[in-house]
Amino acid sequence: MTSNNKTIARAWWWKALAIAMLIYTFIMGFLGTVPAMPIINESIRNLYFHVTMWMGMITLMFINVIYSIKYLRSGKLYDDLVGEESARMAMVFAGAGLVTGMIWANFTWGAPWVNDPQLNGTAATMLIYAAYFILRNAITDEIKRARIGSVYGIFAFVMMFVFIMIIPKMNDSLHPGKGGNPGFNKYDLDSNMRMVFYPAVIGWTLLGVWMMSLRVRLRKIEEKIHNA
Amino acid sequence: MKLGTQVLTLIKLEAKLEWKNRQAITSLLVYSLASIYISYLSFRQVLDPVTWNALFWIIMLFAGTNAIAKSFLQESKGLQFFYYSMLPPQAVILSKIFYNILLLSILGGINFFIYSMIFQSPVQNNEQYLIGLVLGSIGLSSTLTLVAGIVSKANNNAALVAILGFPLLFPLLLIIMRFTGNAVSGYSWAINQSWCGLLLLLNGIIIILSYLLFPYLWKE
Repeated sequence: MTSNNKTIARAWWWKALAIAMLIYTFIMGFLGTVPAMPIINESIRNLYFHVTMWMGMITLMFINVIYSIKYLRSGKLYDDLVGEESARMAMVFAGAGLVTGMIWANFTWGAPWVNDPQLNGTAATMLIYAAYFILRNAITDEIKRARIGSVYGIFAFVMMFVFIMIIPKMNDSLHPGKGGNPGFNKYDLDSNMRMVFYPAVIGWTLLGVWMMSLRVRLRKIEEKIHNA
Repeated sequence: MKLGTQVLTLIKLEAKLEWKNRQAITSLLVYSLASIYISYLSFRQVLDPVTWNALFWIIMLFAGTNAIAKSFLQESKGLQFFYYSMLPPQAVILSKIFYNILLLSILGGINFFIYSMIFQSPVQNNEQYLIGLVLGSIGLSSTLTLVAGIVSKANNNAALVAILGFPLLFPLLLIIMRFTGNAVSGYSWAINQSWCGLLLLLNGIIIILSYLLFPYLWKE
């Protein structure tokens, strides 16, 4: 199983796909036609860069929890390494999503930080993963760190899932498509934006996974040097 | 059935040990009383029901963290080894969780009584509020017990319980504040029952997760 994953991680085709999708995203994202809207104006282009961060973060968090479970079942440190690095990359994506969202919110909602379930969810996610890394750093023994980190990672993922998926449905939100706001499909009548948005999601997510796999390989090399 | 009797025996043992050395319980009570009194000195009076409710749950959060953080720390290595060799880990975590639920519910009841006296209580539906108190204590205790278990295997630093536990408690605290907030406003049961159901669901998820994950912490 592990060797199979490594083969996929080393394959070139999905990295090429990520680059192609991102080049397409940047060209069409900045030059493509977008519907002219009051208030949102051209900032609607942020859809390709802000919402996609969120999708990338969720994907990486899923990888984290899957590999945490895999570690607890198999006891292979490689699985824990993938879990840890995907959590780190999820933090990067959460930060990027937060910054792009704050810039966008400042122009459209009039303030960089509003009491919105999505914002609270991202803040909670970042706090939880910060705690995850604090916990990991507090333990010196490698195997113990992997086991305890995995346990906390699984528990934290479920709590966070409850927080970001269920709570927003029960509160009002400023985000499109929630709390009685029209969704983005209302804005995008000719589906021009969809043709950029979906490739952008795929491109950014693959980029996140690629960065994560590079970090994993780097860590393995460091380990080899350290042990030599 | 066997698990049930083991859990019951452990809870009784825990209660006996706690009663033998009342210092821990007394210090908990003093801690919450002092928190309430500090709030009184700084707020004087709380007119807004939302603030009243939020302040109460913040006091409960800190009291609960303080109470539960030590639940694995006070045991000697020898006793832990004895448990480890004699009992399944599920019995250990369930007994700790249920004992802490009992402890926190009682502590919460006392806190609620004193808090309502010191700050005039705006609660219109006391039964609903007390149900919320018990449900909130279940959620707080089960989450913090697992976190205390995690920390006991990490480096036994009690401050780590707060760092690890608080972000995990966000969903629970939001739901519990909404539920008890509705009780304060005196909403009917029909409006509030969906929040109650959500709380029960969340508590169930937390306890099941603790049950499943704790054995991985326990083996050394």
